[in-house]
Amino acid sequence: MLIAVAVKVSSAVPPGRGPAFLDRITQNGLFVAFTAMLVSVPLFMPLAVGVVAGDTIAGEASLGTLRYLLVAPAGRVRLLLVKYAGAVAFCIVAPLTIGLVGAAIGAALFPVGPVTLLSGGVIQPAEAAVRIVLIAAYIAVSLAGLSAIGLFLSTMTVVPVGAMAATVVVSVVSEVLDQLAQLEWLHPWLFSHYWLGFGDMLRQPVLWDSFAANGLLQAGYVAVFGALAYGRFVTKDVLS
Amino acid sequence: MSTGLAGAGPAAAGLAIETHGLSKRFGQQTAVDAVDLAVPHGAVFGFLGPNGSGKTTTIRMLLGLAAASAGTVNLLGRQMPDEFHDVLPRVGALVEGPAFYPFLSGAANLHRLDAAGRHTVPATRKARVERALERVGLEHAARKRVHAYSLGMKQRLGIANALLSPRDLLVLDEPTNGLDPQGTREVRNLVRSLAHEGTTVFVSSHLLAEVDQMCTHAAVMSAGKLVAQGPLAELRQAGSTRLRLVTPDGGAARRVLARLGLPPAPVDGESGKPSPDGETIVAALVTSVQPPAPLPEEVVAHLVQAGVRVRGFAVERESLEDRFVALTGEGFDVAQ
Repeated sequence: MLIAVAVKVSSAVPPGRGPAFLDRITQNGLFVAFTAMLVSVPLFMPLAVGVVAGDTIAGEASLGTLRYLLVAPAGRVRLLLVKYAGAVAFCIVAPLTIGLVGAAIGAALFPVGPVTLLSGGVIQPAEAAVRIVLIAAYIAVSLAGLSAIGLFLSTMTVVPVGAMAATVVVSVVSEVLDQLAQLEWLHPWLFSHYWLGFGDMLRQPVLWDSFAANGLLQAGYVAVFGALAYGRFVTKDVLS
Repeated sequence: MSTGLAGAGPAAAGLAIETHGLSKRFGQQTAVDAVDLAVPHGAVFGFLGPNGSGKTTTIRMLLGLAAASAGTVNLLGRQMPDEFHDVLPRVGALVEGPAFYPFLSGAANLHRLDAAGRHTVPATRKARVERALERVGLEHAARKRVHAYSLGMKQRLGIANALLSPRDLLVLDEPTNGLDPQGTREVRNLVRSLAHEGTTVFVSSHLLAEVDQMCTHAAVMSAGKLVAQGPLAELRQAGSTRLRLVTPDGGAARRVLARLGLPPAPVDGESGKPSPDGETIVAALVTSVQPPAPLPEEVVAHLVQAGVRVRGFAVERESLEDRFVALTGEGFDVAQ
């Protein structure tokens, strides 16, 4: 929304400056959605996921409600799964909301027309809406690993802010490492490596390689940190 | 689910809570040291101890919130924490104060906590929540956010949470904390009526008067160890009894008491205190077997025969508080 209004007001972004897609907004409102999702991925989304995933267990622990959930009895594994499902639901809803609100506000402020893809093809607005949903799905998958890390960190502490901050720091470290050319061998293993790869969803035909590689990588992170969170949480003494 | 009066059910023979050598260490420190609890079915069991004596840690281990460093816990005939799925639905608990989501109403909080249990029936949830709120007198504040509740109201809501489903065992950690005198009284009545329905109630407290008034059994913790346990009457009996005599003939009375093997306490404080009817003499009534200690009525007979004018005579049992202090030590030193 902010992006759309800012562009509308300044209305003269020279082509080629600023984030990708930004210069195209004035020609086609649908690009508001793409731009919004692009700029939110490196910072806003990890921040939001860090808050949500970091709060899962630690938030209950700090309120003291964790002990009442456990004697209800919720079951520790069940509680962990439900909490993770909640975090993943957020990962799905958040980019979808950004994309759909972006598209709506873009349509309201700018003309809407056929979208020129990165590969040069042109698709109709209806098809573009499908692509927006695809990108949202890509982002949701991208954040699944970080959610698992946040869940694990959340089982380590009773201070939710600590778990949130740690999760955000982990994501920033991962993104920084991904920028260092010297560490290229490490890059395919970083959970943030494919975060910006959703451009492949804007090709004709759609390139599924990065989607698959990303999914596999995230599944690995979910397995490892899910297991760590399980190991930590089932043996944890709930003293808060 | 137990029905009928305490001790009437088929499970009455067993124990509701049984622990053996239950211990908890945090690093070097031993918080709970080889505790053997035995809580009979249908009892209202007072769990006493000064602050920091390991009461809450013990309760956490009973409920499977914390793992025991050593020892076993048997709740309602099942091993904890291995069989918590079978046990915990039958146990209502208030652990270390109430805790709720402050932005939700009291009723919404109970709905959530009830839904967290795997075995609760959603169809009856609304009715059960209303019933529980009614039982603790919160029906008028049910739609208010917990954020706006007073400490006593939160405490009541915590008790309501423990009563959401019919329970066989209630574990209440300091249930009257923050309650006004009426609230305390209501909790006492509630506990009594629950016990009457056959529920075993395990109440931790440091308020002796409270335990004295509502419990049938009690245990005393001190510095992580269980120092006494049993029916309340027995616990009191274990303490010494003493007689208190008011007479104007102090000298003669002392001689008679000494002859009977009941040396009067030295003249200090209560003993030797002058009163309008003479002086007060206090002597320990030793319950020795060899030689048999004289019965109180025999003491009076001896005194009267000796010409002592007895104007007041009473046998006093040591109060629970005296007993508690004798077991846990005097003063403000919180257990290390």
